Amino acid sequence: MTTLATDVLVIGGGATGAGVAWDSVLRGFDVVLVDRADLAEGTSGRFHGMIHSGGRYAVKDPSAAKECIHENRILRHVAADCIEDTGGFFVSTPWDDPAYGDRLLEGCKATGVDCEELSVATALREEPRLNPGISRAFRVPDANIDVWKTVWAMARGAQERGARVLPYHAVVAIHRTGDQVTGARLRDARTGDELDVEARVTVNASGAWAGQIADMAGIEGVRVFPGRGIMIAMNHRLVNTVVNRCEMPGDGDIIVPIRTVCVVGTTDQVTEDPDDQRVMQDEVDALLDDGEKLVPGFRQARALRVWTGVRPLFEDAKASDTATRDITRAHALLDHAQRDGVDGFITITGGKLTTFRLMAEDTVDAVCKHLGVDRPCATKTEVLPGSEEGQTYHLGERLGRKEALLADEQLICECELVPRWKVEQAIERRATTNLDDIRRLLRLGMGPCQGGFCIYRAAGILHGLDHLDAEQADGALLQFLKERWKGIWPVLYGDQLRQARLDDWIFQGVLDVEHLPVTQAEQVPA
Amino acid sequence: MRGELHYDVVVIGAGTAGLTAGARLAEGGARVCVVAKGVGSTHLAPGTIDVLGYAPGRVSSPAAAIEELAAARPDHPYALLGVDTVTEAVRWFASTVESGPLPGYRYIGETEKNLLLPTAVGALRPSALVPETMAAGDMAGGNGGSVCIVGTRSLRDFHGALCATNLTRAGVEARAVDIEIEVTRADENALGLARRFDDPAWRAAFAARLALKLGADQRVGLPAMLGARDPHGAWSDLEQRLGRPVFEIPTLPPSVPGMRVFETLRTALRRAGGRLIIGAEVVDVERDGARIRSVATTAAGHEASYSAPWFVLAAGSFSSGAIALDSRWETHDQVLGLPLRGAPATGEPRFVGDYLAEQPMARVGVAVGADLRADGAENVLVVGAALPGAVSWREMSGEGIALASGSRAAQHVLAQAGASAGAAA
Repeated sequence: MTTLATDVLVIGGGATGAGVAWDSVLRGFDVVLVDRADLAEGTSGRFHGMIHSGGRYAVKDPSAAKECIHENRILRHVAADCIEDTGGFFVSTPWDDPAYGDRLLEGCKATGVDCEELSVATALREEPRLNPGISRAFRVPDANIDVWKTVWAMARGAQERGARVLPYHAVVAIHRTGDQVTGARLRDARTGDELDVEARVTVNASGAWAGQIADMAGIEGVRVFPGRGIMIAMNHRLVNTVVNRCEMPGDGDIIVPIRTVCVVGTTDQVTEDPDDQRVMQDEVDALLDDGEKLVPGFRQARALRVWTGVRPLFEDAKASDTATRDITRAHALLDHAQRDGVDGFITITGGKLTTFRLMAEDTVDAVCKHLGVDRPCATKTEVLPGSEEGQTYHLGERLGRKEALLADEQLICECELVPRWKVEQAIERRATTNLDDIRRLLRLGMGPCQGGFCIYRAAGILHGLDHLDAEQADGALLQFLKERWKGIWPVLYGDQLRQARLDDWIFQGVLDVEHLPVTQAEQVPA
Repeated sequence: MRGELHYDVVVIGAGTAGLTAGARLAEGGARVCVVAKGVGSTHLAPGTIDVLGYAPGRVSSPAAAIEELAAARPDHPYALLGVDTVTEAVRWFASTVESGPLPGYRYIGETEKNLLLPTAVGALRPSALVPETMAAGDMAGGNGGSVCIVGTRSLRDFHGALCATNLTRAGVEARAVDIEIEVTRADENALGLARRFDDPAWRAAFAARLALKLGADQRVGLPAMLGARDPHGAWSDLEQRLGRPVFEIPTLPPSVPGMRVFETLRTALRRAGGRLIIGAEVVDVERDGARIRSVATTAAGHEASYSAPWFVLAAGSFSSGAIALDSRWETHDQVLGLPLRGAPATGEPRFVGDYLAEQPMARVGVAVGADLRADGAENVLVVGAALPGAVSWREMSGEGIALASGSRAAQHVLAQAGASAGAAA
C-alpha cells in the first residue's frame, strides 16, 4: 500500500478545506487535500453563490457582519476573477416592516458595512423587475462568487507549490496512536485502491460531515446539525443586483444573479443526515411564492433546477468548555488537544462561505501552534491563480470572447458559451472521465437546455480523446442525464417542461440512449 | 376590426399530423387552411416513420404489436385508430413522397416489419418506414456487412467514433474514420453541410477524398446531411462513386431528413389547393355552444379570424407549448382551452426521480371520444401528439400516430361533408 507523508492532511475539499490547503502551502507546509467526491461538490457547491456584504447580519449578529465585510473586501482583491461585483439591495416589500430599514442602517454603521438608502425610483430604475410596491431600498456591497472556480484556483495554486490534491478519495479510517492522530487511510472511489497518509497535523474541514470524521478519530460530542436549504435557479437574470428582503433573515428572502442565471434561496430545516438531498414540494411552492414577492411574475419565468445544500450548524456537546469555541464567531474551531487531549487533530466547521478564508486562516494559525512554529498568514494579500489582473468577472465576458472568434470557434454548449477547446482542455487538465466534473469546471449543461445539446457532444469528445471507451462514455452520458433529472423534475413546469420534453425527444427519441448496448453505468459515488 | 376568413376546415398545427390532415382534406376536395405558430416536430425528429418500436420490449412487427397494444391499453391512440388505418396512412405517406417535391426520393419499409437503424450514439433504433438514404443502415437482418462510420470534426453534432464503437459492442463489425470538411463557420450544423451535398462538383471531390479512406468496408454511414434539395441525387451519386451502399444516420436537431418530410407534406397540401400559414398563433377562440365557431390568430402583428364548421387540433403537446403545466401544477390546453385527460390527480406525483422510468405526466392529451372528437367541442378533431395515452418518444410511435390520426380526421370530415352534401342534394 502506498503511504504519503505530509505536514498537513486536510479532509474536505470545500471552500474551507481548499482554503486551509492554500493557506498552509503559502506558509511553507507540505499538504495533502482529500475529498470523498469532487472538490466543492458538497455544501460549497450547493449554495446560492452570494458573497455577503454583512448587511444580512448587521442587526442580528454584528460580529458576523464585521467578518463578512472584512472578507468581502479581501476576496474582491485576491479572488477577483471568481467574483462579479453585482452590488446588493435591501428592499422593503409590502410584507416587510419599513422601520427595519432604520435598524439596518444603524447596524451597518456600527459594523462598518457600507450602506446607503436609495430612492425607490432609483432602485426600480436599476432593477425594473423589482416589485414596484417596495417602500424603501438600500445599497450594500454584496457580490457573487463562482465557487468551483475559486476552489480549483486555490487547489491549483497549492498544487503548483507542491501540494497533492486527491478528489474522489474517501477517508475510511483516522489513524490514532494513543492520544496522537497520525493521519488517515483513504480509498480511491474510482479504483477502490487504498493508501495511507501520515500527517503531523490532520485538519477536519468536512463541514456538515465533521461529526462523522471526528467520530472516526474516536472523539465524541462534535455535533454538527445539517441545516437543509433549497435553492432554485431561474433561467436568466431576473435581477442583476443581489436582492435581499429588508427584514430579519428568513426563508426565501434573497435572489442572487450569478453567471447566466439567478438563484432564489433559501430554506432552513435541521435534518439528521448531511447527505439528505430531498426537495419537498411545499418548500418549492413557498420559495416560488417568495420569489413572486420580490419579482412579480417570478412564477412565469423558467425554473431550471432545484438543489439542496446542508449548512453545518455546530453545537458542542462539551459547550461548558468555552475555551474550545469562540462563541462570538459563527464558525467553530476545535483544537482537540485542548478539548479532548488528542494531539494532531483540528476540526473547523460552521461558518459561511463568505468567511471561508478567515476560517482557513484561524485553522492554519492553530496548525502552526501545534507544530510550534510562527508563520504569518499570506492569504489576505496573495492573489489566486487567474486573478492576477485584478479584474472582476463581468457578465458578457464569455460572449465578448466568443464574438471575437465567431467564425473559428466551435461551441459545444451554446447556453453557457463553452467552446470545444475549453472542453478538451478541461478533460486533459482534470484527467477526468466524469461529465459532472466538467460541468462544474465550465458550467457545461447548466444553462436553459440543461445539457440537451451539449452532453452528447461532450460524451463524443471524451470518447474521441481516448479517455473513455464506449461503455464508459455511454455510462457517463446516462449518469449525467440521471443526475441532472434529479434537480429538474421537482421544479418542472411552464416552458422548462417544453425544454425537458425536447431533451427527452433528443436523448430517448433520436439517440435512443435507453437501448445502448448493455451498459454498466460508471459509478462515481455521490 | 379584423376580417374573417371562412374555410371548410381549419387545421391548427403544421407537424406531421396537421399537414397530413390538411393534405388529405385538400385532396378530398375540402377548402383547408392550416395555421401554425411555427413548424412542428418534423425539424427535430429523425425523419423516419416510427410506427411502434418498443412495447415496451423491442417490436419486430409493428402491425402485430399495435393489435396487442390496442387490446392492453384502451386509452392508447392506436386503440382508437386500429392497425388498418395505420397501414393505409403509412402507404399514403410513401406514395406522397414518391410524387413529392424531391425527385427520386422514396421511403423503404412497411408496417409488418421494423428496420433497426443506428443512432448517432450507436444504439439500434427500430423504425417501420425509413428514407432510402437510411435503409442500408438496417441491422435487423444482421447480414448487411461491415460498416465504416464517417465523422467530421466540422460537425459537432455527430461523433462517428462513439457511434462505431457502440455498434461494435452490439455485434456489428464497425469502424470509424474522420474526414475534413471545410466550413466557413465553426459551428455549422447538418443543414449547412447538407447544402454542400446538393452541389455535384463538391460531392465528387468529397467522394474522391473519402474513397481513399475506405478499405474493405461493405457499407458507409454518414451523418444525415446528404442533400437538402436533392437527397436522392446526392445519395445515389455517393453510392455509385464509393461503389458500396451508403446510409445516413440521424443526429441532433435541426434534422435534415425531417425537413424533407415537412417539404413533402407542405407540397402535398399546396398542390391540392390547401393553404398554409406559419407564424400564426391562435390567440382567441369564439365558441358557439358545444362548437367552436372561429379562431383568431396573430401573424406579423396583424390579427385574422378563421371560421369553419370543422377544426382539427394538431398543435402537439408539452414540447410545442400547446399543452402546459403551470407553476401551480395545473395542466391546460393552451390553444382551445379544451379539457385534458391523463394528468395525475392533484397531490399525486407529476414526475418521478428516475429519469428513465415512465413519468406520470407523460400521457396527458386533449380528451377525445372514439371518433377523435374532443370531449370539449363537438366539431374539433384531435390528432397527433395532442392525443392522450401515448409516450411516443419512448414507444417510437410518433409518426404512426400522426399519420393515422391525421388521415382518420380527414376521412371523418370528408364523410360528414359528403353526407351533408348528399342530404342537401
